[in-house]
Amino acid sequence: MNVLASLDASTLSDALGLGAIYALMAVGIGLVFGVLRLVNFAYGQLVMAGAYTLAFTSGWPVAAGIVTCFAVVIALSLAMDRVVFRPLRGQSPAVMLVTTFAIAFLLQAIALIVDLRNNQLGEVAASIAPLNQAVSVGGVDVRKVTIVAVVVAAVALALLLLLLTRTTIGLHTRAAAADFRTARLLGVRANRVIAFAVLLSGVLAAIVAVLLTVQSPFVQPDFALEDTIVVLVGVVVGGIDRLWTATLGGFLIGFASGVINGVLPTDKTVYLPSAVFALVILVLLLRPAGLFAWGRRAAVERV
Amino acid sequence: MSRRLAPVVELLGPALLVVAVGAISAGVSRANEIYFLNAIVSVAIVVAIYVFVGISGVLSFGQISFVAVGAFTAGVFTVPLDSKRGVLPDLFPLLRNHTVGNVPSLLLAAAVGGLFAFVVGLPLMRLSGLAAGIATFAVLEITHNVLREWTKIGPGATTLSLVPETTGPLQATLGAVVAIVVAFLYQRSRLGRLLRASREDPAAARGAGVDIHRQRLAAFTLSGALAGFAGALLVHLLGSMTTEQVYLELTFLTLAMLVVGGLTSLWGAVVGALAISGLDSFLSQAEQGIHVGFKLDLPSGTRLVILSTIMALVLILRPSGLTGGRELRLWRR
Repeated sequence: MNVLASLDASTLSDALGLGAIYALMAVGIGLVFGVLRLVNFAYGQLVMAGAYTLAFTSGWPVAAGIVTCFAVVIALSLAMDRVVFRPLRGQSPAVMLVTTFAIAFLLQAIALIVDLRNNQLGEVAASIAPLNQAVSVGGVDVRKVTIVAVVVAAVALALLLLLLTRTTIGLHTRAAAADFRTARLLGVRANRVIAFAVLLSGVLAAIVAVLLTVQSPFVQPDFALEDTIVVLVGVVVGGIDRLWTATLGGFLIGFASGVINGVLPTDKTVYLPSAVFALVILVLLLRPAGLFAWGRRAAVERV
Repeated sequence: MSRRLAPVVELLGPALLVVAVGAISAGVSRANEIYFLNAIVSVAIVVAIYVFVGISGVLSFGQISFVAVGAFTAGVFTVPLDSKRGVLPDLFPLLRNHTVGNVPSLLLAAAVGGLFAFVVGLPLMRLSGLAAGIATFAVLEITHNVLREWTKIGPGATTLSLVPETTGPLQATLGAVVAIVVAFLYQRSRLGRLLRASREDPAAARGAGVDIHRQRLAAFTLSGALAGFAGALLVHLLGSMTTEQVYLELTFLTLAMLVVGGLTSLWGAVVGALAISGLDSFLSQAEQGIHVGFKLDLPSGTRLVILSTIMALVLILRPSGLTGGRELRLWRR
């Protein structure tokens, strides 16, 4: 089993880092889904916009670049809600999803034009790249960004938990996610709750933008597109109806892809996507509501 | 009077629109012909998707897998024998030593597409909502992965070329009209109505005795057969193809065409496909500079920006699509 031999501690730590990043993306997607019942396919393009911001501010002090990245991503996220999500409220899931495809294409096309000004595809975010270096922790080489990713994800998730369970607006958000109509009847203000969820998901996208850019500083228009698709699969497989199952799904698919990519040599992985997606289909057939949606049977609709 | 004419209009509207575009394509220069033919083949693909997604109301990202399978079946089977051994040396002997004509290849593609859809749909049609969306997306990924790597059944990661370019104005138009007629007959049949009932209210339909799984499977299989057929039209139009051309981008683009036109009507599928392809061709011409009364010369890259902006605007301002998801009517009831 020479395959397992390459499963060393640094592969595991990398996988843990990727899982943490994907978990944050899963929360960002799950929060908006909770209140709007909208799967935001353009979530990856928020991350992409943040990555470009970091690349364009490479010459600035690192802190200034990161603050600008947060500002741009959060502003874009709120604008997306106001211009796109609000008019679509209550539409069928297919219409909402396809509209976010269009928005994703639009943002990518704009990024392509901006990127190609100097006739060269891709920009390099150099200023935060040093975080990608490895440090030795107990004899194991761990990249600094992995530690940062895991710590940031843990802190962000803990803060989010406090925010959702200990504040009024958090309570309102959870109420709206459980049953939007009833929550509104009880006086929850829809626009505020949705803006709150969108704001949080923007903050998470900005964090993800910083972490992903450290790992791969070469930014292109399709930055984070593949990650978004993988996270969406993870979220649905985990169970999109609840935030924690969605997060767990995101983490697991990130961790699994980290381990698989670290362990298998590339010539052994040609049919790996097929195997993984076959597994996804199997899980969905056995547990359509999500792998971790225990104790809940699919709601039976009554006439 | 109007009631008796309604089905006639419902069929003739989309069909005549496609025939009109086909007639124009026969009259324009060779360089412009490809734009029109592309639009007509897109109609065939979008109608195939409509047969399942539109009528059942279940989102599928997997229908392009059947287009891909149809395209490569028709393509591999029509490459001339004498060059096939040279360009596709790894094929199974059955594929390597046989070549069929144009029309048999179209029918074969439809059969393979339908069979594949049936096998896939048998377990998958139990799902609905987002689980169905992700599971069908997984089918697209698996199909792409296998077609790309398995050189015994096709060209693998290289380009399939030397496919006879038999999809001219006549074949494209006839093919799209066949797809429209099949979709029309299905949606007015008993089966189509049962499936539509399950889209509008699954619980009530089940209560009235509709076997939703069976109805969805029937539509999925028919949609797969039409998609395979449309894929064959596509490969015979282009003459060469890679697996990347029948993958994510085509999936998103064709779904967008259907939703922009109006998800729940055949008329919407046809209008959406023609509107988006027409706009796309116009914009790519405009990037190279054209005269439309004045000289229009867009900077490169703006095509995608304008196209996606218009798609988003249509969906935001008119979420039920250009046609409102209704069939063509001459008289308002």
